[in-house]
Amino acid sequence: MTATNEVPVSAAGNPIGFGSMKRVEDQRFVRGQGNYVDDVNLPGMLHSAILRSPFAHARINAIDTSAAEALPGVVAVITGKTLEGIPRPSLLGDNFAWMPTLSYDTQAVLATDKVRFQGQEVAYVIATDRYIAKDALELIDVDYEPLEPVMDAKRAMDPDAPVIRDDKGQTDNSITDVHGHKTWEAGNAIGTSEAIEKARQDPDCVVVTQEIMYPRVHPSPMETCGSVAYMDKVTGQLTLYTTSQAPHAHRTVYAMVAGLPEHKIRVISPDIGGGFGNKVGVYPGYVLSIIGSIVTGKPVKWMEDRNENLVSTSFARDYHMTGTVAATKDGRILAVDVDVLADHGAFNGVAQPTNYPAGFFHIFTGSYDYPNAHCKVTPVYTNKAPGGVAYACSFRITEAVYLIERLVDCLAQELEMDPAELRLKNLIKPDQFPYTTPTGWVYDSGQYEKTMRVALDMVGYDDLRREQAEKRAKGEYMGIGISFFTEGVGAGPRKDMDILGLGMADGIELRVHPTGKGVLRLSVQSQGQGHETTYAQIVAHELGIPPEDIEVVHGDTDQTPFGLGTYGSRSTPVSGAAAAVVSRKVKEKARIIAATALECSPDDLEWELGRWHVKGDPERGKTIQEIALLAHGSLELPEGVEGHLEAMTVYNPPNLTYPYGCYICVVDVDPGTGQVKIRDFVAVDDCGTRINPMIVEGQVHGGLADGVGMALMELIAFDEDGNCLGGSFMDYLLPTAMECPEFRTGETVTPSPHHPIGAKGVGESATVGSPAAVVNAVVDAISPFGVRHADMPLTPANVWRAIQGRPVRVDMAVE
Amino acid sequence: MQTPAPTDYVRATSVANAIALLEEHGEEARLLAGGHSLLPMMKLRVARPEMLIDINDLDELRGIKVEGDELVIGAMVTHNEVLESPVLAEHYAIFREAEKVIADPLVRNRGTVGGSMCQADPSEDLSAVGSALKASVVIQGSSGSRTVPLREFHDGPYTTVVEPNEILTQVRVPIRPGAGSAYEKVERRVGDWAVCAAGSFVVVSGGVVTDCGIGLTAVSAEHFCAPEAEAFLIGKAPTDENLREAANLAAAATDPSSDQRGPADYKRHLAGELTFRALKRSAAASQGA
Repeated sequence: MTATNEVPVSAAGNPIGFGSMKRVEDQRFVRGQGNYVDDVNLPGMLHSAILRSPFAHARINAIDTSAAEALPGVVAVITGKTLEGIPRPSLLGDNFAWMPTLSYDTQAVLATDKVRFQGQEVAYVIATDRYIAKDALELIDVDYEPLEPVMDAKRAMDPDAPVIRDDKGQTDNSITDVHGHKTWEAGNAIGTSEAIEKARQDPDCVVVTQEIMYPRVHPSPMETCGSVAYMDKVTGQLTLYTTSQAPHAHRTVYAMVAGLPEHKIRVISPDIGGGFGNKVGVYPGYVLSIIGSIVTGKPVKWMEDRNENLVSTSFARDYHMTGTVAATKDGRILAVDVDVLADHGAFNGVAQPTNYPAGFFHIFTGSYDYPNAHCKVTPVYTNKAPGGVAYACSFRITEAVYLIERLVDCLAQELEMDPAELRLKNLIKPDQFPYTTPTGWVYDSGQYEKTMRVALDMVGYDDLRREQAEKRAKGEYMGIGISFFTEGVGAGPRKDMDILGLGMADGIELRVHPTGKGVLRLSVQSQGQGHETTYAQIVAHELGIPPEDIEVVHGDTDQTPFGLGTYGSRSTPVSGAAAAVVSRKVKEKARIIAATALECSPDDLEWELGRWHVKGDPERGKTIQEIALLAHGSLELPEGVEGHLEAMTVYNPPNLTYPYGCYICVVDVDPGTGQVKIRDFVAVDDCGTRINPMIVEGQVHGGLADGVGMALMELIAFDEDGNCLGGSFMDYLLPTAMECPEFRTGETVTPSPHHPIGAKGVGESATVGSPAAVVNAVVDAISPFGVRHADMPLTPANVWRAIQGRPVRVDMAVE
Repeated sequence: MQTPAPTDYVRATSVANAIALLEEHGEEARLLAGGHSLLPMMKLRVARPEMLIDINDLDELRGIKVEGDELVIGAMVTHNEVLESPVLAEHYAIFREAEKVIADPLVRNRGTVGGSMCQADPSEDLSAVGSALKASVVIQGSSGSRTVPLREFHDGPYTTVVEPNEILTQVRVPIRPGAGSAYEKVERRVGDWAVCAAGSFVVVSGGVVTDCGIGLTAVSAEHFCAPEAEAFLIGKAPTDENLREAANLAAAATDPSSDQRGPADYKRHLAGELTFRALKRSAAASQGA
């Protein structure tokens, strides 16, 4: 365990503040003593299973559950009809068959009229064990009348396409957001189109247009989704153990969905085995376990299997993008215009802030300084699983970064300019921060060129270009791909960011006990981020209490203050800031108590880490531990000052934070087979202040593996009949250590001025930034064959077909 | 957690006992060897045998040895034992090369040669290896055993000539002094099934090919082999031109279908490309290069 130079080390060897230290939570994980939802076993607990639709689009004529009900061990079988019969005392519909999504749409809990995607929930069996529940599913007879499925987002737009959401009285497959809009735009439409038109006429300018698909992928956390619900009919208390990244938000949604009083709902997220956005939404399975407990009066566990997780839970991406960039021939970007067709699946289940139906996609302007930009996003229903929040997506920033970083490389190819040089020419300069983008973001801070030069040096860019030229002369194909990304994370300021009307500020509470040990209660939920370690380090940094003396409590709505949860890299930017602010409140109270004990004015005191002392007389002082005891003791406190040493706060971020970085990938491509070998990957991140550099590095490594997976192999495609072609880990390929190179990480540190400790958040940086680096490298390698773009995933087949000039369409079954 | 359908289970005590159990339980019984195809299929309820007959105790099915001019591989030999076998490596590099790219260490530690052969997955690597080497298998039933050339073993995807009351006990491979062999595989990711793979052995003597074998998997080559390409090479010098022509003949003998691993035209291209690469390395090895 090492700490940075200036940071003192505790008796346990941990940095009293920022620096690398081993994760506290790993003690239980490496001993196999984690406690996940599937580890929860309550007395008398029943098990359950969901019957799912084999069809992507079909009318349900009848469901016969009699044989299933007759199977010994089956306690209850619930269908959509059962749910329609349960009245719901809430504003969000009059029965339980439908529930609201996080985007003000509705989603079937169990299908009543039609099934709208393969894998949709049709019936629910509660039984004495999991095997019997699954056996019973096979005894349910559903009479389906298959309908034409709409699997292609472009087909969904056809006037004669089958209408998926006839339940809402729709006559087409368009999606209307809560503001009544069918498309969502940002930026300056007229200025952008004029700039592009002008460039077309100007012999000193070029205009490049490229269609770019970011296909559907899946977050695939190691732990699938599940819940254990127990409705205590005596107390009226509902306890729900659940795989949730946002327990407080879920509690409120259940109060709204079920009409249950919120103070009688306790949501517990125990250890969560990965989230990546997959565990942000509320799934029918969670709701069904609650209903199951209400119906049976017993605890009911629902835990999906891998196939269910892949086919029915929140996917990511599925964006059909067309980007147009105008630039001068010497490489100054003038304008970027983007048109997106967004496939949202059968229910609009995205979890974007209400005012941003396309999330933060309008950060597509990237890390570059130019005056005109515009995007238009058109969402559409298809017969695919709903979702769209997931996968380290930072609210669609992954799509945006991929688009602009691909587009810049297309432009470089058109201009025959080195892509590094083109980027350096257009990067926003340090003195331009805070920088307002053409689509309205205010980037907080950055030293983009410095960061890029660190990455270029680390990878040995000039030597690689020389090697590439030599190899090409020999008929060998290597490629170098750069991605320079900027994210906007830490949603967000209450005034314009909410989900389902819930503002995105986070509460936090810090109690220091009489002996100087503390408990910090958080609203955000770790799914592997290491909150129990890093939040203790923030308190240590502010108060000088060793991190091992701070217990971090999270994941239980009865134990923690309200907040919106962990996704979109928001924990450190929002709750991390809250932890610093609440510590400072405690520190100020400690100052008053110390002054009282030292019989001086608080203004006469000076802070050193962990201790207030009298200015000019450092011998006279009180440590935070001494102050804690005084605060709980008999010391007479000044008028209006209460005893004890604790504080709470609600942090409302003034702005997002904008982590950024430069990633460079080096690949070798075998043109005879299309195989891609990543030989080097350099990632230089600037996430502002690093609380625990070892955890930051771990987060980056994980995200890079994600990016390699998406770029090279991960895909949820569908055939024309509506079958999901990525329903198992045989079909949905996740990268292994064998596909990942030894990642090399670097850093620059540009603190955010809009965050109390200057931290920006890093959870999704690598996932956001890396796919473009890999794809740019592969396209660079095969550019001698006349290739300017190839869609992910760059499987050997797709690379070979791109080389042949006959690229495959990736979102549908390979033909 | 995946939940298989109800099933019964019994441990066989000998090959004869296993065959008796197969006869007793009929077509709904399945032998359980390494379980790395059967158990996943059961968990998905794609396979639902009523009785599992576990043959993991049958030591008589283990071991790799030389008998006369043949290599004999027991049906319960694991992939990892093939990978690490010095005697196989001494005679044919193709075993190690193929095993290195079969699945992952976890599967290789449990999965067996006999299980792979009998599963007869159309993308199975060992079927291509065996077919390239013109191996044969020994199949035992209650009335005795028979030996079947691997090139007559398959009845189509996932089906073989092994009857429900029979058990495959051995794979036998002729030893060919001076043979060079190689395996070339393209997969989307480590552990995935082959998009296409090609294996070969070549014996070069007096500057010409005197014997050779070509195996192909995942591209619907009949019995995983390419006999026309082999016939073309016999008596010819192993020049790039001749090897390329043989590879083209091998590709022409395939009938791949498009799936998420790749379109048919790509797979056919790979069949040729990988056959060429395997032949070239085999010929070079035979010539001591």
